[in-house]
Amino acid sequence: MRGNHVVAESAVRAGCRFYFGYPITPQNEVPEYMSERLSKVEGGVFIQAESEVASIHMVIGASMAGGRVMTSSSGPGFSLKQEGISFLSALELPAVIVNMSRGGPGLGNIAPAQSDYFQATRGGGHGDYRDIVLAPNSCQELADLTYRAFDLADKYRTPVIILGDGMLGQMMEPVELPPEVQLKKLPHKDWTLTGAKGRPSRFLRSLLLDPFEEEEHNWKLMRKYERITKEEVRLEISFADDAKLMVVAFGIAARIAKGAIKRMRDEGLKVGLIRPISLWPFPYKAIHELTKKIRHFFVFEMNMGQMLEDVKLALEGNGEVHFYGRPGGIILTPLEISRVISSYYYQKKIG
Amino acid sequence: MILMKKVFCRPKSLKKTPFHYCPGCGHSLLHRIIGEVIDEMNLQERIIGIPPAGCAVLAYFYFDIDMGEASHGRGAALATGMKRALPDRVIFTYQGDGDIAAIGTAETIHAASRGENISTIFVNNGVYGMTGGQMAPTTILGQSTTTSPGGRKERRDGLPINLSEMLAVAKGSAYIERTAVNSPANILKTKRAIAKAFRVQIEGYGFSLVEVLSPCPTNWKMEPVDACKWINDVMAVHFPLGVLKDVTGDRKDAH
Repeated sequence: MRGNHVVAESAVRAGCRFYFGYPITPQNEVPEYMSERLSKVEGGVFIQAESEVASIHMVIGASMAGGRVMTSSSGPGFSLKQEGISFLSALELPAVIVNMSRGGPGLGNIAPAQSDYFQATRGGGHGDYRDIVLAPNSCQELADLTYRAFDLADKYRTPVIILGDGMLGQMMEPVELPPEVQLKKLPHKDWTLTGAKGRPSRFLRSLLLDPFEEEEHNWKLMRKYERITKEEVRLEISFADDAKLMVVAFGIAARIAKGAIKRMRDEGLKVGLIRPISLWPFPYKAIHELTKKIRHFFVFEMNMGQMLEDVKLALEGNGEVHFYGRPGGIILTPLEISRVISSYYYQKKIG
Repeated sequence: MILMKKVFCRPKSLKKTPFHYCPGCGHSLLHRIIGEVIDEMNLQERIIGIPPAGCAVLAYFYFDIDMGEASHGRGAALATGMKRALPDRVIFTYQGDGDIAAIGTAETIHAASRGENISTIFVNNGVYGMTGGQMAPTTILGQSTTTSPGGRKERRDGLPINLSEMLAVAKGSAYIERTAVNSPANILKTKRAIAKAFRVQIEGYGFSLVEVLSPCPTNWKMEPVDACKWINDVMAVHFPLGVLKDVTGDRKDAH
């Protein structure tokens, strides 16, 4: 299955009944698939909105009403959604938002890039907030993480971002799809707007004119973020046992790096891989732990060095960091990146 | 013994919170008549309101119904998502002129074009009230505001927008009427129009909207009585009152 189709199918199986989107390459297969699929599901709603701005606010409306809801976009479209993402975060509304990112800034291009890392992991819109950001590296993980994203969104009442890229969205791989959830078995939401029948009326708002109230709301969000930071860190560490150098990469770049590492291992270089899967919360602690026995860290990203900053924060000055990035939608082959990493490895006389 | 009958009281879909609105402001009147309509149509348990960014943002402190706040201009999009999720509830947005006719024009026109089965109360007072009286898309030529000093001029500021007329052209809109809340007769007409808009939605005709010309004495820098008179003498000349569209063929609400 194609990555974009996997996201859509997995979302429906997770109970997503509402999808609002706007065409933008390279994620068009998500709305195309959803338009067909949701028309065949009871209660399924698909709207091709007039803009990304409108679509994210439709997401807010359906989420307020208690539905499992998703939208997807890429680069420029994702920027337009930031207004709504800030509101979703302030209103504590669950939603899943997919960014099959592409080269930027501006219109950029439609080739795969990872340059939306800052935007995704730092909130992206106005105000003090964070959203859970998951970075899959295969079609199987697109299926699993999209599915999981709906549960996380409901559990923490927060938007969850799937940060993929054009390559993940377009590539085809065999996938084992998760089972369909029974909507009636999902945990009850006691905060939704459904009409004040048999209960006092409710309202959902993000306007808190009293600074003390707004401060309290910010503290409340912060406590939630602390809980997420404790409980939802995900990462994959491979070949670390005897490693002298760890490559740090996420998403599709990590997939490429893994190929490179296997190649280098064949040549006897002791290189391992750290792959953050949750970009927020970032696995600071796990990476810091590794500095006890490993000194060299090589960050590889398809951007100008964004996750690099988080890696440096994780190391807290312990160890040496080297960065190699290719922005603009360039896709390196494992062979190319293995040459770059091994040349650093030899220069530093790591082996 | 004389039996006393209560003939006037606070609508039960309004909370017992005093309004914060300025003296002579149309919002208080409108809140009250919307509350009355909700009571009379027995909608309190199945209506959801979408208040705007603007003076009426605190509407959820006054209405005793479920309400979900929208960001500036996005009411129609938010209501779309909500109505599609809850098709048997009545969903209405409450929006000012800057909200609906400037920043939210796209959302509104497309919701109308889709024939989205929602109702909108569009409060037109010709200024950005909450931010201190700046020029609105509906500020009429010659009207002075804090950002159209000396009066709105065509070449400098452009012409005002008649959004309701534009929405009446949209194929998906079902019922569009412009009313005012500047006299007892007009207030009653507004109430009937709001009731009709909700009925149009309940009967599934599509998008309904009531534009209400509403006084803003504070930002117009007028006495409340003069503001009401100004609506008749000046504003309604540019924004004529009446039914702009009605596809229901139902004449019983005609006035």
